[in-house]
Amino acid sequence: MLKISNLEKRYGKNEPVLKGLDLTVDGSSVVSIVGASGAGKSTLLRCINRLVEPTSGRIQLNGLDLVDLRGAELRRARRKIGMVFQGFNLIDRLTVMENVLSGRLGYVSLYRAITRKYPQSDIDRAFHLMERVGIDHYANKRADQLSGGERQRVAVVRALMQEPEILLADEPTASLDPKTSQQIMSLLQALASEMDLPVLINIHNVTQARMYTDRIVGMRHGQMIFDGGPKDFNQDALDAIYGGIESPDEQGQTIETAPAAEGASV
Amino acid sequence: MGEEKDMVDMTAHTQERTWSRYSRQERLTRFAVYAITLFAIVWAVRDIDIFWPWVWDAPNQIQSLAVRMWPLDFSGWMAIGSALMETVHIATLSTFLTAFIALPVSYIAAQNTTPNKVTLWIGRLILVSSRSVNTIIWALLFVAIFGPGVLAGILAVMFRSIGFIGKLMGEAIEEIDKKPVEAMQATGASKLKVVAYAIVPQVMPAFFAIIILRWDINIRESTVLGLVGAGGIGVLLQGSIDTFAWQTVATILLAIIVLVILGEAITSVLRKKVI
Repeated sequence: MLKISNLEKRYGKNEPVLKGLDLTVDGSSVVSIVGASGAGKSTLLRCINRLVEPTSGRIQLNGLDLVDLRGAELRRARRKIGMVFQGFNLIDRLTVMENVLSGRLGYVSLYRAITRKYPQSDIDRAFHLMERVGIDHYANKRADQLSGGERQRVAVVRALMQEPEILLADEPTASLDPKTSQQIMSLLQALASEMDLPVLINIHNVTQARMYTDRIVGMRHGQMIFDGGPKDFNQDALDAIYGGIESPDEQGQTIETAPAAEGASV
Repeated sequence: MGEEKDMVDMTAHTQERTWSRYSRQERLTRFAVYAITLFAIVWAVRDIDIFWPWVWDAPNQIQSLAVRMWPLDFSGWMAIGSALMETVHIATLSTFLTAFIALPVSYIAAQNTTPNKVTLWIGRLILVSSRSVNTIIWALLFVAIFGPGVLAGILAVMFRSIGFIGKLMGEAIEEIDKKPVEAMQATGASKLKVVAYAIVPQVMPAFFAIIILRWDINIRESTVLGLVGAGGIGVLLQGSIDTFAWQTVATILLAIIVLVILGEAITSVLRKKVI
């Protein structure tokens, strides 16, 4: 269970990006976080694995306080938090297998990491997961030779290699074409239930948020202003979140049954 | 009616407006720069005290030197060959050894990897001091310490190369894509593992390109080391000049040119393979 309470983040002396945010995620629910650019979605996710230092507040993952961890303790906690990025963040010049195995860096020794002598169990797990998402035949290809959707699958597998207790996805589909982005979303949804894994997804595409997630959290100016199921997420909620800002997805309202139209919002 | 009025206004405005590329301030600055440059050149020419009769005599001297150099004397080709080999060995060994020293230096001299401010300044100090002293001056220093010979030459080339390789590698490290770094940190990897996975693969091509380039430069630098007694073909050259063996001097110069062209050819092929 992830429990965030009264989380605040400010960069320097500027207006806080997150203003006393509370959020609890339990079980294997897939939660999408929607909001305009600059609402603080990315900062929120990065506070959880401390790629960004929170200014104040508490973040607990399965009872472990994350905010005060230092050094080796922090690294041990990060192993349990998988993360998927908008730009995939793969190491282009390494092979797919090396990229996948890098998810185990928190577990193996420096010697094993440098010499690529990973334990057989890690290699088995890597092949198993790559087969699951359909990229096992690319094991020895360089990561930069894959298409966008395949690269994001590599990134997902890398995150799952960590044996995470939660998966964070920061706009995982924003760099992908509409069809591929749907595939990645349904993959994340399926993996969450298969592995009993809570998943937090920052997403711009409101239609996809409705289709693939169990719960939608709406953010605006660093505060949570909506929290509910996809069915509760109506025009009022959309206006509240994007009000005054041209919603990137308003067309999706009327044609949400035609998924091909989603591309317009990406 | 309104249109007409606008047009009248427009012409009225045009007459009032003036335009020039530079403001008064800029014109003054430009004039000052010209004046200072001119002054520096005049001062330098007046101050360096050239003995002009020798300059006017130069064509005669060139002709006379050319006559004394011709025909080339190939009788010492064995000695020249082995001195050339020694030159290449100095370049190769010093480049190879420098790689190991320059890498840690570049690591602490790059802003995004250096452990703290102190190490950053230590790194930069090493690079600057290495780069600000010319190879031949390093050689003079090491000949004084270790005596004449190849060892002084190797150390001299190394000390100059550390700054070159270290600076370029430091820049390569600073220019990496930071996204993989973020991803590796998110897996819970320690700093060294992040370096090994997110940074090393990204700077590998730059590293080989820089090493090859420096090897090429070091061959050329090694050819003059002998002038101060630090080994290589330069020793032979200096000896031949001292004994007025101009035919041998010409042969050695030719050999050096051939060597440098060969080095250039090899490195350009290697560089293409790396990139």
